[in-house]
Amino acid sequence: MSETVTLTIDGHEVTVPRGTTILEAAKTIGREVPHYCYHPGMSSPAMCRLCLVQVEGAPKPMPGCVTTVMDGQVVHTESEQAKADRQGVLEFYLVNHPLDCPICDMSGECDLQDYVHEEGREHGRSREPKRIFGRDDFGGDVLFYGDRCVMCTRCVRFMSEVEQDHRLTVVERGNRSVIDTFFEEGLEGTNWHGNIVDICPVGALVSKDFLHKARAWDLDHTPSVCTSCSQGCNIDLHTRDNLVQRLKPRENLDVNGWWMCDEGRHNYEWINKGDRIEAPLVRDSGASKAVGWKDALTGLLAAAGALDGAKIMAVASPLASNEDLGAFTGLVEAFGGGDTVYRSARAESEVVLKGFPTLARRKDLAANVHGADLMGATRVGGDDANGGLDDIAGHRGVILVLGDALADQDESFGSDAALYVYVGTHMSEATGNAHYVLPVTTFAEQEGTFTNLDGRVQRFWPGVEAPGMARPAWFVLGAMVAEMTEGEGARSAADAFAQLAGSVQAFGGMSYDDLGTRGAVVNETVSLAGD
Amino acid sequence: MAYPYVSDKEVRILSTYFGDPKQRHLDTYVERGGYKALEKALGMGADDVVNIVKDSGLRGRGGAGFPTGLKWSFMPKDSSRPHYLLCNADESEPGTFKDRELIRWDPHQLIEGCLIGAHAIRAQHVYIYCRGEFFETTQVLARALEDAYAKGYAGENILGTGHTIDVTVHAGAGAYICGEETGLMNSLEGKRGEPRVKPPFPAAVGAFGMPSTINNVETLCAIPHIVTNGGEWYKQYGTEKSPGTKLFCVSGHVNKPGNYELPLGFPLQELIDDVCGGVRDGNALKAVIPGGSSVPIINAEEVSRCTLDYEGCVEVGTMLGCASVIVMDETADIVKQVRRMVDFYAHESCGQCTPCREGSAWTAKIMRRIENGEGTEEDLDMLMEVTQKMVGTTICVLSDSVAAPVQSSIEKFRDEYLALIRRGERVGAA
Repeated sequence: MSETVTLTIDGHEVTVPRGTTILEAAKTIGREVPHYCYHPGMSSPAMCRLCLVQVEGAPKPMPGCVTTVMDGQVVHTESEQAKADRQGVLEFYLVNHPLDCPICDMSGECDLQDYVHEEGREHGRSREPKRIFGRDDFGGDVLFYGDRCVMCTRCVRFMSEVEQDHRLTVVERGNRSVIDTFFEEGLEGTNWHGNIVDICPVGALVSKDFLHKARAWDLDHTPSVCTSCSQGCNIDLHTRDNLVQRLKPRENLDVNGWWMCDEGRHNYEWINKGDRIEAPLVRDSGASKAVGWKDALTGLLAAAGALDGAKIMAVASPLASNEDLGAFTGLVEAFGGGDTVYRSARAESEVVLKGFPTLARRKDLAANVHGADLMGATRVGGDDANGGLDDIAGHRGVILVLGDALADQDESFGSDAALYVYVGTHMSEATGNAHYVLPVTTFAEQEGTFTNLDGRVQRFWPGVEAPGMARPAWFVLGAMVAEMTEGEGARSAADAFAQLAGSVQAFGGMSYDDLGTRGAVVNETVSLAGD
Repeated sequence: MAYPYVSDKEVRILSTYFGDPKQRHLDTYVERGGYKALEKALGMGADDVVNIVKDSGLRGRGGAGFPTGLKWSFMPKDSSRPHYLLCNADESEPGTFKDRELIRWDPHQLIEGCLIGAHAIRAQHVYIYCRGEFFETTQVLARALEDAYAKGYAGENILGTGHTIDVTVHAGAGAYICGEETGLMNSLEGKRGEPRVKPPFPAAVGAFGMPSTINNVETLCAIPHIVTNGGEWYKQYGTEKSPGTKLFCVSGHVNKPGNYELPLGFPLQELIDDVCGGVRDGNALKAVIPGGSSVPIINAEEVSRCTLDYEGCVEVGTMLGCASVIVMDETADIVKQVRRMVDFYAHESCGQCTPCREGSAWTAKIMRRIENGEGTEEDLDMLMEVTQKMVGTTICVLSDSVAAPVQSSIEKFRDEYLALIRRGERVGAA
């Protein structure tokens, strides 16, 4: 038996591996057969009956999600018959559906809305009173609107097959069937339940956090990477009015599949907070004052030039991008070289997604710990990301800080320094002594890359505008380094990455463009402490 | 014995001892020749037993009429994995009451059939899945099974032959859909009673993921007689394509309703007029549902042409199903009867497939509206169209069963629907 099967779908000859389903084979020619219960990450119960396709010679329409392809098979997904079958099934979906799109959170990204709009009947024929379930609080971040449910059971299967914590089930039968929780705890205490909101094809399961916050069509989607741990889940920032409204996982089978954890999903409000440094600050005889970039950098260059062989001590952040860390390393070098340390929070244990075990909420609770390690920085401090800076706090030479807001340090930090440069997003007591404060952007406001725990370098894009004069660290520091070394400053994140590829062996030969939206693995990885 | 009613047209093989409580006792059963077939079968090779059943032409009595011997031959020949024989005693089709009677009057006949069947398909375990509401029946069966175990007819080393076959009686929880073979398997495994997608078929992946065969009670009850007397003997009854005898559960407007065992191919008209003593009160016959509520309804003219075998029923546009003959005289309200059936299916739909889950309940609501005189003529066309979308579009055939009575009654008794619609219109106008 050959390994492949050749069949015809909608007039196109398709060759796929044996055992492929019709629905998946159709995807290869760009034909998305409508479906609800099928999800590539879970089993297919073939119960929504929406992916029925016409197979020549078959007495009945066949469910595309479980029917495997056969040689010479002729499949129609767009024939009159196939469309009529689909329209028939779609009409059934609307018999009890409340059609409350105007107040439904899913409106605009709802598969029922889309399919009916595309192929449904113009007017519904049901005149009968609708069955009413009402709402239920499923616990955690999830609200259930029973009347909108299409009974695809994706949520039940996610909890039983993927998270493998049986918290949901179908109760009753017939059109009284409804998704329900066991006992009062519902989804409380589970770690991945936000995903059931994502995979719900309609507005039956909605996020309490996002409820009534924004309409789907007003949201911009920006590909990004979650910063909450070293897994580096691919995500989309959904933004409106220059605010991140929610985070959604973005499919990448090499990293997170279709999923992300609840901790990561809800870790975005800090981006919107607005408590940012918006202008460069220069401290002159006690008081800091806001200045323009030109004045700040000119002053800093002069100050650097006036130093006489002072020792450099640097603190970086594992939340900074590879490019930022690269530019920072360059700056440390330009100042004459010195040790760079970083601090990073660590959880006691991993939270593995049992049904997709390559995905876990990792112990390292920052996106770029691996990047910092590759850059030669050393981890200091405790698992709470505090401490470890005693030598630096009272250092009399040059202190350079990138990204670490030094929240645990007191106001004496850096008071004895000959030159104290703080490059960051937020002020704290410990930044008060900085001679120069340079405002930079967060990952949500800039382009760049992170290196996850497997050494996968992944790009992210800016989803919101930076506040005030904040600029990416690679840009600001790169310009400084260029001035100090009479070199070339990076004009784009791609430039900055290219410089990194030229200077850090692990990134050698990698191309920013080739990373695409899925990332690529570095040449060498370092073993992370404690793993 | 006058088990409720008997007729001299009957050929009583399976139902010989209906009405005789002594038959439930193991001693009586053995005295009357019981368990001889088991002894004979265990002395034969499994394939030889399958061949006898193939020769007899016995067809599954659960409704589909699939040849039993052929079904058994689909089972894998090796026994590297456990095989299971499942006996479907979840008799729930409205109008059907034969399996309950077979079990409660002659439980050992079923146990013997199960043991022979298990031997034929190389199974060492039989599950008899009893309908949840069959309290008495299940008790009778369980007691008989205990006796059979005690006397060495079941369990380890049956009759000293070295064969081990265990039998478990399992009581369902009262869901019609658990009578669907794969729904039964899910229920037996402790899951929701939801039919499974086929393929894989039970002979490959059945109960507990193992090769399984599932047979109806009446099918298995016929097995001891066939093994004892041979395939040729069985074929003397019935028609060429539908050999043997069949229990007919006659209910409704006849003078003598009840279970009658008749050779297949028996004329339906004669069943009503002669065997059942005619339509009650001398009324005219209006309609018959010959195979349980899921088959199309036929009118009096079609009844006169219908013979009760698998092919004869198809000829007049219906199906033999499980031979549950529901007779309606001229006083019957067809719309109400059909509405009640649709209500039943809407209630019993497992809720997996959308066309069935939504369609059956929607159809029931429309039927109710028409019955209440609030329908329109367009509703009838819509009903035909909507129910057509429920045919062949789901995992199992429950939704097809909604379509059958609705479509056939609208086709054949449209006047009754129209009368209700017109009356409603008059009331509305006044």
